[in-house]
Amino acid sequence: MDALTHLISGFAIALQPLNLGLAFVGVFVGTFVGMLPGIGPINAIAILIPVTFAAGLPPESALILLTGIYYGSQYGNSISTILLNVPGTASAVVTAIDGHAMTKAGRGGPALAMSAIASFFGGTVSIFALVLFAPVLAGWAIRFGPAEYFALMVFAFSALSSFSGGSLMRGLAATAFGLFLATVGLDPNSAIPRFTFGSLQLLDGMDFVVVTIGLFAVSEVIQLLEDTEGGQAAAVGYGRVMISAKEFAETGWTMVRGSVIGFLVGVLPGAGGTIASFLAYSTEERINGANGTFGEGDIRGVAAPEAANNAAANGAMIPLLTLGVPGSGTTAVLLGAMLGLGVTPGPLLITEQPDLFWGLAASMYIGNIFLLMLNLPLVGFFVKALTLPRWFLIPGVAALAFVAVYAVNGSSFDLVMMTGFGVVGYLMRKFSFPLAPVILGLVLGPLMEKSLRRAMALSGGDWRILFDSPIAITLWVLALASLLAPALIARKGVPAE
Amino acid sequence: MNSRTARGIRIVRRRAALTAIALVVGCSPQENTRGWECIAPANAGGGWDLTCRSVARVLQDLDLSPGLVRTTNLPGAGGGVAFARTVAQRSDDPSLLVAASPSTTLRLAQKQYGPLAVDDVRWVGALGAEFGVLAVAADSPWNDLGDLLAALRSDPTSVVVSGGSAVAGQDHMKVLLLAHRSGINPRSIRYVPFDGGGEAMTALLGGFVHVFSGEGSEVEGQVAAGRLKVLTILAPERVSGPLRDVPTALESGVDVTWVTWRGFYVPGSIDDATYDRWVDVLRQVGSSPEWEVARRANRLDPFFVVGADFEALVKQQVADFEEMSREIGLIR
Repeated sequence: MDALTHLISGFAIALQPLNLGLAFVGVFVGTFVGMLPGIGPINAIAILIPVTFAAGLPPESALILLTGIYYGSQYGNSISTILLNVPGTASAVVTAIDGHAMTKAGRGGPALAMSAIASFFGGTVSIFALVLFAPVLAGWAIRFGPAEYFALMVFAFSALSSFSGGSLMRGLAATAFGLFLATVGLDPNSAIPRFTFGSLQLLDGMDFVVVTIGLFAVSEVIQLLEDTEGGQAAAVGYGRVMISAKEFAETGWTMVRGSVIGFLVGVLPGAGGTIASFLAYSTEERINGANGTFGEGDIRGVAAPEAANNAAANGAMIPLLTLGVPGSGTTAVLLGAMLGLGVTPGPLLITEQPDLFWGLAASMYIGNIFLLMLNLPLVGFFVKALTLPRWFLIPGVAALAFVAVYAVNGSSFDLVMMTGFGVVGYLMRKFSFPLAPVILGLVLGPLMEKSLRRAMALSGGDWRILFDSPIAITLWVLALASLLAPALIARKGVPAE
Repeated sequence: MNSRTARGIRIVRRRAALTAIALVVGCSPQENTRGWECIAPANAGGGWDLTCRSVARVLQDLDLSPGLVRTTNLPGAGGGVAFARTVAQRSDDPSLLVAASPSTTLRLAQKQYGPLAVDDVRWVGALGAEFGVLAVAADSPWNDLGDLLAALRSDPTSVVVSGGSAVAGQDHMKVLLLAHRSGINPRSIRYVPFDGGGEAMTALLGGFVHVFSGEGSEVEGQVAAGRLKVLTILAPERVSGPLRDVPTALESGVDVTWVTWRGFYVPGSIDDATYDRWVDVLRQVGSSPEWEVARRANRLDPFFVVGADFEALVKQQVADFEEMSREIGLIR
């Protein structure tokens, strides 16, 4: 098979000592920058780009280093998410739900181990898919027009009830709040300011990191303060570090489904990890909700989104390499780096620079093994953070939140906003409103609005364009099925709780 | 590796380390107020950021600057935050450069920086540029700008254009100017905005739109693969490289150029001697072999305008953009 011979020559390139070393450095740096929300992979890559240029690295070696940071950060991000409830990217928000619940129940160790294993699984599956299907999938990404994107967003929102913590009304209210926040800033189509009250800071809208860290981390700090009542509460243990054979067995299919969903959605430019992780979680909840404890620390609630967002990160390499279309902020920076290295992404990349493409794919595979080797032993180290006394941990989380938010734009206005969202998040917890739907609305709202308005602009205002293609119709059917599934399951007499 | 490159690497490494530390502690490096600073009004990795970082490196390599030139990312409001800070807080700072492009002048023309205007800062020069292009799918019936304009004349609503900027942004403006100067009512142009050139081009490849409006570097890969035809390049004259066979709009008899220059402004209240020093510094950068290398690495075409010529160019651009924005009813 042709792809296989190419892959073998790719491994020959990736296993050269320099490239092997760079892959290791990349995933190592990535793990650590991923742990610091707000700083994130974009800045790390942007800083290293001039270094790789100046060091005169060959393009494939430079890209092996930079992409290593990219997918390494996906691993690192889950650590602060699970242990501290501080998700740094939208795709990690879902992991926070069950991941942090597990930590609170004293199962932080298995949650972290599961996240590392699921990430490895999703990463590995998607690299094979990347190798086998890259050219085919580039074609499928092209057929996704605005109408198809809109249908995909509707499908993603139909997953909402899985995140509503039992009360659909509260979930809808939280989503509406997120959608409202998403309208602040420049109108995406016409660049006319909305709800900015003449403030320059609000022109760029509500930054995702500011809102998320406020809602999750700051409100967590307030909650912790309340719980400790003067620092008396004992530290939560972290249980055993590894997952049990039983847990591994029950998450097997979860990881498979998460990887497939993540990869397919990740291939679509712009949609990426967030939709993938939300869809993977809700799929799991639909399938296993009846015999699980989703929302209260179900290990499958960690496995599904982690497999999905890592698979999506690799899937996003397809439009980047074969179309030159970045699917996320980080891949946009990678695109800049490629152009600077004299690599022109596009349909000819695979045929004209096979060393680069296959070498990169092989190095991603090796990098994933490094990440697993690096992360599993480190689980025991990281969970020790939980045994820190509260008087140290609480200010520590608060400091991390402030640093992370300030690092995004260097703006003290953002800090005020984050604190405000912390209070909002605290009140929402007190009145049992779920937090994740706010993020769903905030992140997907603009994509949905843009897709709808683009579709309308394309058709000249004819609504039929939304149901005009087989892909769109399939997505509408899936959305409908997803909405009706809980009712149908309940009718068959399976207990919903 | 010669010693200059080696030193360059050391400097870059040291600066990267400093920046990394600064990022970890969450603040910009402020330790050296005497050295020069280049503000990139966007996050790391974008066009303005590359402008600052590559020019800063050349300044250091040529020993034109007193010590290191640090790049500060000051994102917000499409450059508005940096512009406002330059005017309000740094108006006589002799050590400050701010990266700019037509994105800056377009926003100034459309009053998106609030009450601030083009005269509130001084414009030093541009060191390189990209040029606007219009492209169609390889199987499109149109083969040159004339074909497209003919189609627009007969039925403007039958043509849908995609671009990577918002309505009245750069990619939209290119088409509007072409229509306007060919006697086609710009208000009749159908434009669909996407998030960046890549997505807009994907929409063309997927057959959702008929024309893509963007930059030369965005189409090179697809042109080489034979999937796109470039109808016209909005450059003053033909470019070298993969797009050398593409005729300019001027050749087709339409008086439109679109130069996406990469340049700088400096605070408005510095004295003339300092302004002249900046002009002189940019002139030395622009004629150096080091910049030649950096320019190619950043995929920019040669475009070198400094001093009074550049101020005139910027003001003309703002006036043109204002007229166009008024024409389509975006501003009053």
